[in-house]
Amino acid sequence: MAPIISVKDLTKTYENGFEALKGINLDIEEGEVLALLGPNGAGKTTLISIICGIANKSGGSVTVGGHDITRDFRKARDMIGLVPQEMAVEVFEKVIDTVKFSRGLFGKGKDPAHIERVLRDLTLWDKKDNRIRELSGGMKRRVMIAKALSHEPRVLFLDEPTAGVDVELRKEMWDVMRELKKSGVTIILTTHYIEEAEAMADRVGVISKGELLVVEETDSLMKSLGKKVLEIELDKPVDDVPPALAQKGVTLSPTGKLVYTYDTAAEQTGITDILADLKKAGLRLADLSTKQSSLEDIFVDLVAQQKAEEDAA
Amino acid sequence: MNLTAVASIYKFEMARTFRSIFQSVISPVVSTSLYFVVFGAAIGSRIDTVEGIQYGAFIVPGLMMLQMLMQSVTNAALGIYFPKFIGTIYEVQSAPVSVIEIVMGYVGAAATKSMMIGLIILATASLFVDLQIQHPLAMLAFMVLTCISFALFGFIIGIWAGNFEQLNLIPMLVITPLVFLGGAFYSISMLPEAWQTIALFNPVVYLVSGFRWSFFSMSDVSVGLSLLAIAGFLILCLAVITWIFKTGWKLRS
Repeated sequence: MAPIISVKDLTKTYENGFEALKGINLDIEEGEVLALLGPNGAGKTTLISIICGIANKSGGSVTVGGHDITRDFRKARDMIGLVPQEMAVEVFEKVIDTVKFSRGLFGKGKDPAHIERVLRDLTLWDKKDNRIRELSGGMKRRVMIAKALSHEPRVLFLDEPTAGVDVELRKEMWDVMRELKKSGVTIILTTHYIEEAEAMADRVGVISKGELLVVEETDSLMKSLGKKVLEIELDKPVDDVPPALAQKGVTLSPTGKLVYTYDTAAEQTGITDILADLKKAGLRLADLSTKQSSLEDIFVDLVAQQKAEEDAA
Repeated sequence: MNLTAVASIYKFEMARTFRSIFQSVISPVVSTSLYFVVFGAAIGSRIDTVEGIQYGAFIVPGLMMLQMLMQSVTNAALGIYFPKFIGTIYEVQSAPVSVIEIVMGYVGAAATKSMMIGLIILATASLFVDLQIQHPLAMLAFMVLTCISFALFGFIIGIWAGNFEQLNLIPMLVITPLVFLGGAFYSISMLPEAWQTIALFNPVVYLVSGFRWSFFSMSDVSVGLSLLAIAGFLILCLAVITWIFKTGWKLRS
């Protein structure tokens, strides 16, 4: 199936010469949840802004549902709902009016049943006649989602949907997203929270300094996440790994620790054997520790790697 | 053409107007009444007539113009500046709407509001002075053209403005003096000759003159020239707006 969004060699250079995007290539499949991870200023929002028509691109092309975002902007934008990062609502308006306005703006005829459904799904129906300024921060964010969903988009962009919201509300937002995914909406969300990407996304893309470093299924990232590292601190540091241990894949860390990476999901982790070998080699343990590699580590590694490559260049 | 979107913006903006209908109506009525007290009764009683027209009646077209220009500019400027200020502009930018549709919605609403205010002033004025409008259709046409042109001008200011101060700068520093010097309260022929020549460079002179003609069949410059001036201004504003949206100036980074 053709991707619902296809980004090719997309570049963006601001007037001051800042290169926000350096040739992004990305295909997004219909119905998936894609999380874009990246530090501040990585280009996540710029990427979204270009796809949604808020910023102009410098080069490359983007299609949404096969429609070019520049040549065929009406058809492309028709399919997209956007919830931006910054809170922006018409505080003096009533909830229902502002949602109806959004629908009209996208050229859709009145559909009270759909509006009611959206507001009910977001538990806003009771507040529909309230002025937006009377709502809490979380409710205001829901209003923004309701506006984005008012015209029945097939793709929803959520730019940092849970930035600055409390834990409870974050969980609520996740429930909302899951419901949306069930209804077949493709969701692209940007986030700082690794936990959010892990919980929500089918695929994770990592952006740093305007480059897409990796796009991978969250599952396969989770698999590397399933790997654990055993660090063995010895009573007396050794210069070389004893051959029996080296055979099993044990390496020596710069600090003189023995390091063994294993898969927790495997039938045999091999830890018992290693401990036995240690004893045979006459080595005494000072300490043992294990740690799990998280998406965060992968992310940090990737960004660090990119920096190292840059420094080398 | 996404007419639903045009209607949505228009209705949304009009709803904003009607929410503050009291301020919208009361302020022009009060200020118009004040002008009549000052210029009509106090000063006007000593002026008697200008070119054969009661002074109180003579200033009505100018007063309407003053208010309509100010209202068109400020309403349209605020209409587009406010979403920019609170950030909701993202929605218009990401919607499947073209330049012309956005402009039609915002400018249409602003022009409608200033038309309404113009008519309210006319009604208020008719309480103070005896008015006979000789070319009512021409009067309406002048009103529509003026309101639309200056609402377009206001729209440009709203996009340009980076803060509320700048938003008020042009109406205060440009529109008010141009209207006061543009013969709103006097005939250009009452000025010394040198000033008459200078006055001809003031675009508002043509507006007021043409508008006054629709009331009294008398004007400082020919009606055709007035129409040409408004049309020229309208086209200029449209050209600037087209350029703004093409380049994304101040709207799209």
